[in-house]
Amino acid sequence: MAEQRRKPSESSSLSESSASGAVHVDGLTKQYDDVVAVSDLDLHVEPGELLVLLGPSGCGKTTTLRSIAGLEHVTDGTIHFDDEDVTRQAPQRRDVAMVFQSYALYPHKTVRGNLQFPLRKTDISGTEATERVEEIAELLEMETHLDTRPAQLSGGQRQRVAVGRALVRQPHLLCMDEPLSNLDAKLRVETRSELRQLQQRLGITTIYVTHDQEEAMSIADRIAVMNDGRIEQVGTPEDVYERPANEFVASFVGDPPMNFCDPDDVQAAGIETPQSAAGSPDTIGIRPEYIYPTDSRGEPAAGDRVEVDRPSDPVVLTVELIEPVGRAYEIQLTGHGLDLVARLRTRPDDVTEGDSSEFVFDLDRLTTFNDAGEVV
Amino acid sequence: MSELRLENVRKEFGSETAVSELSLTADGDLLVLVGPSGCGKSTTLRMIAGLEQPTDGKIFIDGEDVTRRSPSGRSIAMVFQNYALYRTMNVRKNIGYGLKHSSALSKSERIEKVEEIAEMFGISELLDREVSALSGGQKQRVALGRALVRDPDVFLLDEPLSSLDAKLRSQMRTELQRIQQELGVTTIYVTHDQKEAMTMGDRLAVMNDGELQQIGSPEATYVRPENRFVASFLGSPAMNFLDIDVERRNGHTRYLLDSHELVRVSDDTQAIDRPIQLGIRPEDLTLLDDPDDGATTGTVRHVEYQGNDSFVRLEVNGRIVTCVVPASVRPRQGDSVGLNFPPDQIHLFDMDAGDAIRSPSVDASDTRIETGPSTTEGNETDSRGANR
Repeated sequence: MAEQRRKPSESSSLSESSASGAVHVDGLTKQYDDVVAVSDLDLHVEPGELLVLLGPSGCGKTTTLRSIAGLEHVTDGTIHFDDEDVTRQAPQRRDVAMVFQSYALYPHKTVRGNLQFPLRKTDISGTEATERVEEIAELLEMETHLDTRPAQLSGGQRQRVAVGRALVRQPHLLCMDEPLSNLDAKLRVETRSELRQLQQRLGITTIYVTHDQEEAMSIADRIAVMNDGRIEQVGTPEDVYERPANEFVASFVGDPPMNFCDPDDVQAAGIETPQSAAGSPDTIGIRPEYIYPTDSRGEPAAGDRVEVDRPSDPVVLTVELIEPVGRAYEIQLTGHGLDLVARLRTRPDDVTEGDSSEFVFDLDRLTTFNDAGEVV
Repeated sequence: MSELRLENVRKEFGSETAVSELSLTADGDLLVLVGPSGCGKSTTLRMIAGLEQPTDGKIFIDGEDVTRRSPSGRSIAMVFQNYALYRTMNVRKNIGYGLKHSSALSKSERIEKVEEIAEMFGISELLDREVSALSGGQKQRVALGRALVRDPDVFLLDEPLSSLDAKLRSQMRTELQRIQQELGVTTIYVTHDQKEAMTMGDRLAVMNDGELQQIGSPEATYVRPENRFVASFLGSPAMNFLDIDVERRNGHTRYLLDSHELVRVSDDTQAIDRPIQLGIRPEDLTLLDDPDDGATTGTVRHVEYQGNDSFVRLEVNGRIVTCVVPASVRPRQGDSVGLNFPPDQIHLFDMDAGDAIRSPSVDASDTRIETGPSTTEGNETDSRGANR
């Protein structure tokens, strides 16, 4: 994936800026009176990368973004763009473009006028400006809408124009703060993949703030999961999902969330509990998709193209509830002191609410946590 | 348990029709009204509550016409997104307040009632707390308790969970379901969130543009949407729609995309002589690494990893088609892959009217799916979801 991302796309002048664009944040602290919003945070964003700051409200993600953009004075720490220390620079000197949730286009200007506006104070003018605007419009697939006014565009198209306007200056860094949250669910899913593809084509370094883990997983090169003013883990979507650093990350990323169990209950259910040099775990985690019903031969009914690496012995559990949630089924299971959610891609045969049924766990997919909530 | 019935209810605001000819019935179950903003769901709820007067039509509770009754004359409780508790009162007083003014219960009965409902919502230990000292989730529990303590005939909820964070929301959803079932109170729940709608309700009523589109169990509505609106509204990522041609030959029917055969079915007896669209859900498509000659192929444009699934956007004959695959299947950008359209998962829609002409067949053993697509007017094709 990485080489495809970094690959300079067509011979577009817009994509040439991708050689630079690194962001280094070291020891960033931001304090409001006696509230510490961000605490001693280190973050390194590579040129051309899309990094998502993900976390619940109040975790400090927006404060971090605003500090990088220069909209907040930092209490402590430094921010470098490539080798340049920008910590004390005014936002307009940092060459950062911001896109917010509300896209605030000029309603009386056409798409062309909106896209051209940021260039008015630059030395880019005349034919060069026109070319720049047309090129970005083409990338946005908005070239046929250049003479349209925002009121006639859909929400997704407007957000694309807002992004285009941010990009037309070829900034060092693009910052986005929940840019899709006022679009409806369907449009959000479409627009995020468009945004991602556009960002990849342009190769522009991007920091993207969201509280929506699905959105983060879909678009990020890497995700920084934040909680309480700190980064809990930085990694690719696969890293944070498959190899969470701690219980917070494991519970925040994934829908439905990971099941957390008491090892004694797991043992009582006859499931082999992983042991490590550090001793017995305090908590055992299992993702809902790694719990499978059994078929008529007692084998895990995993469905097409899903491998169960190391199935446990069958465990009898009571099926409390089968919830169809669109493309999957969420099944609530109880028994042996366990209270679990399983996620199945198809409606299981021979499993009915109120009955007991056999299930197997993929033992290679158990995550163990110590009493500090860290993965061991 | 009380029966709520709406008969041909219409609401106009000036020249705007907010709700048109709406008929539905709920009786001891939880009916979710779902649709995009402006679809008329909140107006419908407000008419049931008596906060709006219908322009036309009637509303009955247990057979009694309440259309012209004031909100206070209806035995209805309503909870909104912003819970509006009395800030100067503690939890106990907040819950008991309505009881004092709306019932003939003695003081000791009232105390008992408040404690009972507090226990049900797991807020017994908060009864003497001030409202300002509560978290968002606790406040919402108090608001729900305050509404239900009066034993209303009908319980109305307007996006009650949307101000809560995701985790708390899913917790409250489960709790609310449990309490609704325990009390058996007829409940109408309005939301724009389709996942909430699918998991919350015994039945879903999908609305658009003031009109009821379909009513049925969540699963039936998802599997057999009666029109393109319902098909596209429910499901994430959304159903794929492709403009196709239909060719009938030697006893079978071929569905063609630019003269390329996507799928062939043998059982199609219905003559199709109008422009149609094929619909297929992203999770019903399967990717093939080694497609046969003549198979449909596409180029992978974009992959969205989701942990438990991946969303794959493919370009097929210049169209973008979305496919959901297990996360263990990891196609790469630029790969060429085969694409299988299972015949029994195909939806067909009338291009102009949007009505479903064909829906996936449903396993006969699955008793929970009772509605079939119906192009008849009206909404009494309603199936009582037997899924709880």
